[in-house]
Amino acid sequence: MTEEFEPKIVGFLCNWCSYAGADLAGVSRIQYPPNLRIIRVMCSGRVDPAFILEAFRSGADGVLIAGCHPGDCHYIAGNYKAQRRGILLKKLLEQFGVEPQRLKIEFVSASEGAKFAAVVKEMVETIKKLGPSPLKVQMEGLTYASG
Amino acid sequence: MEQSQKETSRIGVFICHCGINIGGVVNVPEVVEYAKTLPDVVYAEDNLYTCSSDGLNKIKESIAKYNLNRVIVASCTPRTHEPLFRATCEEAGVNKYLFEMANIREHCSWAHMHEHERATEKAKDIVRMAVAKARLLQPQTEPEIDVTPSALVIGGGISGIIAALCLADQRFKVSLVEKEPELGGMLRNLHKLYPTMQDASEGLEHFIQAVKSNKSIDVFTSTVVKEVKGFIGNFKVTLQKGNSETANLDIGTIVVATGATIFEPVGMYGYGEHENVITQLQLERLLKEGQLKKPEKVVMIQCVGSREEKGRTYCSRVCCMTALKNAMFIRELYPETDVYLLYRDLQTYGQHYEHHHREAQEKGIRFIKYAQEKPPEVVAGKNGKLEVNVYHALLGEQIKIESDLVVLSTPLIQHKDAKELSKMLKVPLGSDGFFFEAHVKLRPIEFATDGIYVCGTAHSPKDTAESVSQAFGVASRAAIPMALKRLRTEAITALVDEDLCSGCRICEAVCEYSAIEMQEKEGKQTSKVLEALCKGCGTCGASCPTGAITMRHFTDNQLVAQVRAAPQVAKEVTKHD
Repeated sequence: MTEEFEPKIVGFLCNWCSYAGADLAGVSRIQYPPNLRIIRVMCSGRVDPAFILEAFRSGADGVLIAGCHPGDCHYIAGNYKAQRRGILLKKLLEQFGVEPQRLKIEFVSASEGAKFAAVVKEMVETIKKLGPSPLKVQMEGLTYASG
Repeated sequence: MEQSQKETSRIGVFICHCGINIGGVVNVPEVVEYAKTLPDVVYAEDNLYTCSSDGLNKIKESIAKYNLNRVIVASCTPRTHEPLFRATCEEAGVNKYLFEMANIREHCSWAHMHEHERATEKAKDIVRMAVAKARLLQPQTEPEIDVTPSALVIGGGISGIIAALCLADQRFKVSLVEKEPELGGMLRNLHKLYPTMQDASEGLEHFIQAVKSNKSIDVFTSTVVKEVKGFIGNFKVTLQKGNSETANLDIGTIVVATGATIFEPVGMYGYGEHENVITQLQLERLLKEGQLKKPEKVVMIQCVGSREEKGRTYCSRVCCMTALKNAMFIRELYPETDVYLLYRDLQTYGQHYEHHHREAQEKGIRFIKYAQEKPPEVVAGKNGKLEVNVYHALLGEQIKIESDLVVLSTPLIQHKDAKELSKMLKVPLGSDGFFFEAHVKLRPIEFATDGIYVCGTAHSPKDTAESVSQAFGVASRAAIPMALKRLRTEAITALVDEDLCSGCRICEAVCEYSAIEMQEKEGKQTSKVLEALCKGCGTCGASCPTGAITMRHFTDNQLVAQVRAAPQVAKEVTKHD
């Protein structure tokens, strides 16, 4: 029997805007699908592309990076750097055979609980349509070093 | 307490029911049992409220009993409760950076209230990720910094004036900045204040004089804040007067008291078209200057441009009371004048204000309820009068009122230049444009950014009494770091492994704070972090091609461990073939 595919998404959220936005979504009891696993970083600029590749390698079906809006970064411009790296990484992912839509870079402020929930909902829908990550499918049954 | 890297982690996990907030959705005992199976977890338990004194004592007892050297609390957001649990760990001899929080309330039970099973699985995942990080946590020491005993208050309205006076009373130097040529803000435009009906200018004048004669307060009028650099205790602020003159200040803490302005309802209810359609603020001025000619009939319309479906969805809080106050004053001035108040809902909350509402009814103000979907219409009538057509929602009848004066109650809105200030201070504005506090209930007058506070209508619409209360509160909050004189700051800064550093200087180029400089060591150029300048954003770490830079408390290893722990499944709920 086939159960519906429920993607696993790893989200890097900056402490000052997006993590607070996710908190606000909860405080406001806005319901969204429970597919996201959140990792708190101080700034979206902290997210090394290697972390994103690691997430896909570990079996994530999607990765979300959310930071402050342009001009609002707590650390001046970390969000711009995250965005630029993200755009480049999407091209790289494509060459690996990973659909670039699986990586999403979003701006969510501390007051945008509703936006945060909408971003997660939309991302889950997108990835459900894409199906499981091709890397995960490829590696299924394989054992690989995780050190 | 120093812990060597080789020491094995002994992790205790405390999972909170938060009454029914978590326990009503997530199967907490199941998560406890799951936590016990995770590597290095030597103890796990559930608590009704981990943040209660009982819960905190259980943490301390367990640290001693099971020799714990890492603590995880799975409960709410670290943005509110991390300081409390960190302090508890410190009391029990565990460095506070060996504490980790798993957010299973805001990010789980509250967001997935109807999916108990999946929320439980997610809670297990969140705990597993916290354990993965906690195993690799390292103790940190926090650098101490001096706090400049001088506050900057931005905005010279009643909120800023009170905050400045109250800070000066505590023997701190205050720089009070006002962009207008005069102090006083919105109160300068108002006639009487409800509920006491005293003259607005009366109290204000007294406070302005007090500010001007206070030697601890420097007043800068016609001045704006041009630049803010630095951090709590050590802000470097540049002020600008006119086009040229600037002043540089060393500041310990900053109070945002920039106030609000009023929405101009151009194009609504004939405003801008008929000169006898005015705002409540314009009416205040007419009353204040004694310029209001006797009208036969006055119609006031409430919620003009507020409580909208989209856009300004908020209630402006002051308009109902302002309208009642002015309606009664007009009746007092001209007892034969009829005053109609067209409202959607009358919000006269609290002890004094409801009494005011009743008084207005007794004094013959005519209340007409209209529905949002059927708003009144204002058109030109005979002899220069206005014709107001309104559907009386309670009578179910269309009513026509011939009026000489229509007064629109429009909301307080944020100033246009607030966006610029928000970017300068790195503090957020909410979706309604007002400054957004760190937490609506627990940290209502401070920002998430340390050392910056907010009060008055810059934060949200409120009346004078509420603004004054907030200003007293904010003066107390902003004084604390200055009274302490020295502060410990977060230990989250960048760390360079000189052996791995290739001297490529990318980190130096991406650092917004010039916190990285190159040093020569044994004939090799390597990066060096200037810790006093480093803010800990981690952009350098993410940019380093050789992996030589990591961040304290958010190391590459810790984050990768979380990443790897995330997509695993606690229980196979997912099949796809």
